[in-house]
Amino acid sequence: MAFMKMTSPHTTRAGDTGDVMKQVILACVPGLITLSYFFGPGTLINVVMASITAIACEAAVLKLRNRPVGFFLKDYSAVVTGVLLGLALPPYCPWWIVVVGTASAIILAKHLYGGMGYNPFNPAMVGYVILLISFPVEMTQWAIPRTMLEDGQGPLGPWIALQHIFTGAGSIDAFTGATPLDVFKHNNSQLVEHLYNSEPIFATGRWAGAGWEWVNLAFLLGGVYLLYRKIFTWHTPVSMLATIFILSLAFYDGGSSHSGGSPYFHLLSGATMLGAFFIATDPVSSAVSTKGRLFYGAGIGILVYVIRVWGNYPDAVAFAVLLMNFAAPFIDYYTLPRTYGHDKARRATEKKD
Amino acid sequence: MYEYLLTHPFLAALAALVALSLVFGAVLGYAAVQFKVEGDPIVDQLDELLPQTQCGQCSYPGCRPYAEAIANGDAINKCPPGGQATINAIADLLDVEAPTLDEEHGEESEVKTVAYIREDECIGCTKCIQACPMDAILGAAKQMHTVIADECTGCDLCVEPCPVDCIDMLPVESGLSDWKWNKPPAVVENIQIIATDKHPDKDGAAA
Amino acid sequence: MTKIWSIPGGIHPEENKSQSLQLPLGEISLPDELIFPLSQHIGAPAKPVVAVGDRVLGGQKIAEAKGMISAPVHASTSGTVTAIEDRTLPHPSGLSGPCIVIAADGKDEFADFETCEDYLSLDRDTLVQKIRNAGITGMGGAGFPTAVKLSPRANQPIDTLILNGTECEPYITADDILMQTRPEDIIRGTQLLAHLLGNPERVVIGIEDNKPKAIAAVTQAAQGTNIEVVSFPTKYPSGGEKQLIQILTGKEVPSGGLPSDIGIVLQNVGTAVAAYEAVRFGKPLIERITTVVGQALETQRNILVRLGTPIHHVLAEHGFVEKKAMRLIVGGPMMGYALEQDDVPVVKTTNCILAPTKKELPPPPPAQACIRCGMCAEACPASLLPQQMYWYAAAEEYDRLEAQNIKDCIECGACSFVCPSNIPLVQYYRAAKGTMRQMAIDKEKSDRSRKRFEFRQERIAKAEAEKEAKRLARKKAAELAKQKQEAEKAAGVKPASHADKVDIVATAMASAKAKQATPEEQKSKLQRAVTSAEGRLEKLQQRHAEAEGDMKDRLAAQIKQAELKLQETQNKLADFKPVPTEIVAEATDRAPAATDPNDPVAAAIARAQAKMTMAPDEKLKANIESLNGRLAKAEEKLATAQAENSDKVEALQTGVDKLKEKIATAEKELAELAPSAPAAPAPEEQDAAAAAIERAKAKAAQQASMSPEDKLRDQLNSMAGRLEKAQAKLEKAKADNADTVDALQLGLDKMLSKRDKLRDELRAINPKAPELDDQPTASSKAEETPEQPDAATAAIEKAKAKAEALANMSPEDKLRDQIASLETRLEKARQRLAKAEAEDDPNLDAFKTGVEKTEAKLEQAKQELSNA
Repeated sequence: MAFMKMTSPHTTRAGDTGDVMKQVILACVPGLITLSYFFGPGTLINVVMASITAIACEAAVLKLRNRPVGFFLKDYSAVVTGVLLGLALPPYCPWWIVVVGTASAIILAKHLYGGMGYNPFNPAMVGYVILLISFPVEMTQWAIPRTMLEDGQGPLGPWIALQHIFTGAGSIDAFTGATPLDVFKHNNSQLVEHLYNSEPIFATGRWAGAGWEWVNLAFLLGGVYLLYRKIFTWHTPVSMLATIFILSLAFYDGGSSHSGGSPYFHLLSGATMLGAFFIATDPVSSAVSTKGRLFYGAGIGILVYVIRVWGNYPDAVAFAVLLMNFAAPFIDYYTLPRTYGHDKARRATEKKD
Repeated sequence: MYEYLLTHPFLAALAALVALSLVFGAVLGYAAVQFKVEGDPIVDQLDELLPQTQCGQCSYPGCRPYAEAIANGDAINKCPPGGQATINAIADLLDVEAPTLDEEHGEESEVKTVAYIREDECIGCTKCIQACPMDAILGAAKQMHTVIADECTGCDLCVEPCPVDCIDMLPVESGLSDWKWNKPPAVVENIQIIATDKHPDKDGAAA
Repeated sequence: MTKIWSIPGGIHPEENKSQSLQLPLGEISLPDELIFPLSQHIGAPAKPVVAVGDRVLGGQKIAEAKGMISAPVHASTSGTVTAIEDRTLPHPSGLSGPCIVIAADGKDEFADFETCEDYLSLDRDTLVQKIRNAGITGMGGAGFPTAVKLSPRANQPIDTLILNGTECEPYITADDILMQTRPEDIIRGTQLLAHLLGNPERVVIGIEDNKPKAIAAVTQAAQGTNIEVVSFPTKYPSGGEKQLIQILTGKEVPSGGLPSDIGIVLQNVGTAVAAYEAVRFGKPLIERITTVVGQALETQRNILVRLGTPIHHVLAEHGFVEKKAMRLIVGGPMMGYALEQDDVPVVKTTNCILAPTKKELPPPPPAQACIRCGMCAEACPASLLPQQMYWYAAAEEYDRLEAQNIKDCIECGACSFVCPSNIPLVQYYRAAKGTMRQMAIDKEKSDRSRKRFEFRQERIAKAEAEKEAKRLARKKAAELAKQKQEAEKAAGVKPASHADKVDIVATAMASAKAKQATPEEQKSKLQRAVTSAEGRLEKLQQRHAEAEGDMKDRLAAQIKQAELKLQETQNKLADFKPVPTEIVAEATDRAPAATDPNDPVAAAIARAQAKMTMAPDEKLKANIESLNGRLAKAEEKLATAQAENSDKVEALQTGVDKLKEKIATAEKELAELAPSAPAAPAPEEQDAAAAAIERAKAKAAQQASMSPEDKLRDQLNSMAGRLEKAQAKLEKAKADNADTVDALQLGLDKMLSKRDKLRDELRAINPKAPELDDQPTASSKAEETPEQPDAATAAIEKAKAKAEALANMSPEDKLRDQIASLETRLEKARQRLAKAEAEDDPNLDAFKTGVEKTEAKLEQAKQELSNA
């Protein structure tokens, strides 16, 4: 009689890539809820639209590439890309922004490079940057948090939101405004303390701008959950956040008009936490070794801070991540771990004589 | 002087360029002397990559002549014993696109072979000994010959001259000592990067 | 509390160890047939010392160690060796290998074991030898011969002995049950090993903390000894040699090194017990504890099983339900290998037979793309980057794999275990390692090939260069000779009519070259054909003699055919003979002959005729000789046959008669031929010059094989003939008052000087050699040194040169030249004469005549000159 012949090990831990991705999506939920709570249903609509577009694009491309569609869709990686992009896009942006961004992410950033596992850049961030550069107006209109709504002004209803998103009908100007990072960037005369008191977005918030601080804390929560589930290691997010913290502390400048902003402000505004736990940890495009991931995270932290404070864009996670994606193979070469039985780590660039 | 140059920007630019070219010329000259490479290492490197069967299937009398020919611009896909692996390695070294094996020079065989002389039929003519590029055949005139299997590269060159056709090319026996695991097949047959997606038959079969 | 270090990575797979611990250690019935692979260990396979059909006893050595790293094999029960053949091996490849197969006789008789109470008093070498003879190998996994491990190099003092009771693989409990049931033997074995290693400072038994009973038992047994029993947290793969060393000592085995490099020896607890038994009771390794486990079995437990027991027998004893099982694993689920067949035996390293159901160990789902999540790197106990290694292994970038330290991968399977994409990472690494190993071998071989090839090229080039050098030397010598002659003849007279003769020489040269050696070849070919035909005929006759009935008739027909063929070939050979190949012609006379205006052709014909008569004669004589030889042999055979009263007598008699007949015919032919010889056909006239040159070549060839003396003599002979002829011609020319007289005279002079030279040479070689002839007169030709068999070519060249020289000389000059040379020769001749007189040479007369003649010639020449 013949038995199945195969190589060891003969047992594996239950679970597959799809499970990992599902965990990531699950970890996004607190952030999504917080965003929807503070900024209305826009983000939720974005996420749903982006996810659907992502799945559709993925399926179409897989079909074109003669790949088993069902097998690859089951890894949920397209959904994760869609969800992350949806979370990053401004609420109530036109539907085609979402579609173009997601399609770019899936088709350009992922499948043109060979699909799952082969993309050198984070697809969601590629989509985001394409949109940011191509459609700056649409991309810089953020909704105002509910704390800033005038008395009697209820949050934007889902129906009006959908109408606006799909037809452009109805002005939602009353619901849009500058983000804390925008405000801070354009400030060059006021002391930080004054800014916090005068600008409603800071005045109605606690540490880093109304709504945003909670959104970031929610993403932090999701990230901690993922760490707990060992979906990724602590190296990238901790290194990135620590770098931002140190830099912001160093350049806080006591809250002068030229201050870079407090550590609180930087850690809890914009896409810091989303970036640290959901974007920078994308394993495909990041560095591989733990040491490498420390460098990688630190690099992102530095770039985020530099671009935020001295660059042209109010937020910088997307650019920082993409720039470090470029650097990831380079980091990999020089950060091989020390293997058992070796005195020191080797370099991957070593070639045999 | 300085003043003069300041007032005549054209001359200043000229002077700067001359100075620069002198400096760089000196540096390059120094480098050329200091880091001069002896011999023609590319031929050595190519020779390293070739399988050293000395079979002449490339139409050159041995591996080194072919290495020299490659260095002088000949095609790199003329070595059937080395097969695609050698072509890839050479392409890698020369930084060119790896072509497929030129079948004109023979096919890449899966199994390695080694010459075997049916000794009772050997008439001792020494023709194979003269043909062997490896000196891997032992024997004397009117004496039975035999192949030193360890030194035989399986180049086939001894088969043709044998007047009694008593030389066989036998596949090298593989046993436990050289057994190895196969590379696992990609379970989804074509998880491949895009560059290799151009094989429609493969894709079609997997779809 | 002993300090415990931690290892990086590691995983916690489900332990599944309780199933096999529910029942006590069991035993199973003896199988009918036991299979003993010759290679159950790392190193050279053992060499069988029994033959098929031998009866063997349990514990008897059936194969001995071959080489240093090897281990003998022992029969595990009594029985008969039924085969030594290739059987499927317990190996992941599923390949076959040599095995000794023993049919058990059921008596289970054992050889006497040599027990030894006080083994610690024996010296180290004896103990190690005992362990080696007992065939003890590592019982944990790889099966490294224990005796080798116990003989560390002298410069590597061992300070730590580690006993591995870790057993980190899921399911396996063989060591666990051993430690629970025989802790005292383990301690004794440990003490023995420590003793053999020179009592290292630290002796430690490492046990994972998931075996509390084992820990308790061993700790208990170790009371009062210096053996530490250390337990540490369970984590796979703590039981790996390198990992356990790291856990217990904090040291790392250097990459590519051995534990002994850092003063550590690590042995499995089972090995310690086996070594103890081997030394104490003389018991070889013939049985071991194996865990038989898996939900496809009704009974799951540990058994003490005889080595060689086929696995299907073990499974049958445990209620194996084949339907439920999907795979059969030898070893644990992490590092064990799957079997395709269950007819392979239990061997020294079989610590577990795992027969899981599909549900228990489901097959891995299809692999997905690697997302470089890094979980594998987290799990890797060797701190490698499995995801990168996978990447490079898939792309077959072996340089990069090397840089990633793939060689340090212990193939523990932790990375594959945690991979969310279910990529068979370990298989990639194994394949890549195999390929890299092969590549290294190939590289080594190709380097060696290159060296051999280059050496061969060098050798050939050297041989070529030598040849070329020789050729150049010859050419130079020839040129020198030519120059000398030209200088000598600088003042000769050249008759105008000789110019066209030069062309004849050239043509002759060309055609001679074209025909070179062919007749020789043809002849030898024909002779070979005759010989083989004769041989065949003889064989057929013999067979005919032996054969009967139909066969006889057929053979008779064949013989007839063969005879015909032989006849034909012989005829051909005979026909071939008249072609003047055998003729020992004067090598060099063609060139002067060409200068002979009278009739070179006629002379050639005459010579050819003279010589040709020899050929058929000789051939026939040779024929008769060989026939006689054969007759003698045949008669001998006949005599033997008669003596043995063989039925071949008749046939042999016929053969002898036939041979006699043949000899008679040949002799008759010879007799007939002798008188008719002179009438042999003449060669074609127009080919005369060519033929002559051919002959010259043939002679040259012949001369090359002659001794220098013979050669010289031969040359002298021919020279004499030619001189005679030349003189005759000269006389005739003088009589006719032809204008060629001068030229002929010159030719004669040259021949003469040449002959003198030859004589000198001959004398130099053999002073006592009698002069073959003392015809005075001239000579002309090339010196033939032993290294220079190509005399004909040189001769032709010289003839040409001479013709040219003659053409350029005025008659006066020529005469002067002649006189000068004659004077020289006269001088020489006189000297020689004086010498000969002094030595009372038998050739004195000849010398005298020579001197006289030369004087006469000189006189004549002087007169001619004054006339001119």
